[in-house]
Amino acid sequence: MLTLHRIRMFRRTCREVTRLVLEGEERRLGWVDRTAIRLHLMICSACPRFLRQVQFMRHAMGRWRNYRDAE
Amino acid sequence: MMIDFAAQVEGLRPQLLRFARSQLRNDAWAEDAVSDTLLAALERPQSFAGNSQLKTWLVGILKHKVVDQLRRHSREATVLTTDDGEDLDESLFAPDGHWREAPQDWGDPEAACGRREFFEVLEACMEHLPPTQGRVFMMREWLELETDEICKELTITATNLWVLLHRARLRLRECLQSSWFNARPA
Repeated sequence: MLTLHRIRMFRRTCREVTRLVLEGEERRLGWVDRTAIRLHLMICSACPRFLRQVQFMRHAMGRWRNYRDAE
Repeated sequence: MMIDFAAQVEGLRPQLLRFARSQLRNDAWAEDAVSDTLLAALERPQSFAGNSQLKTWLVGILKHKVVDQLRRHSREATVLTTDDGEDLDESLFAPDGHWREAPQDWGDPEAACGRREFFEVLEACMEHLPPTQGRVFMMREWLELETDEICKELTITATNLWVLLHRARLRLRECLQSSWFNARPA
């Protein structure tokens, strides 16, 4: 019972994970959210690609700042 | 020498104005921010060390002047348009919370960042964000402000800010998908 309860506590839909991943760009998430994301990414094929797109955008924004402010 | 410096500073005005506009989304505020920047530069030319580029130095001043404008106009700057209030989530996810269409593999960002056209598309996508979303997104990504600083300058709550940034990032993602990745298959 306890195990089942624990799994529920960390269960998130793709939509919820998307929100959390984006919120993670603005602040450090708590451990429950971070764990929930990690567990979801292990069983989902779509969300890992969304996460990589977010990382892509973060990287691109950093390069864009240099491009714009200096070149 | 001084006249030369003034001419060079003045020569960068169009570029500064474009930057200020993209952040402020208001022509009058942008004009004010740029005028304040040029004035500050011409008043203290000695603070330009000369070892950095003139443009980089001016952009540094401009960023402060832009924040001044945002602070001054914070009330108007946070008025939401219909577009600002619209959530992309509904179109991205089925009622059960699953993706309607799985995200694509975008590959290595460095491959895109090596190309000037990519930055042009990226800038166009940012300029297409609805005004309030665009402002907070640029405050975060161009002015590089922390979220609590943005909340303070615009007098909005952290939750409001996260919602706006969430919407802005999802829109930017959609725009990059359609204007860059779909337009140029890898």
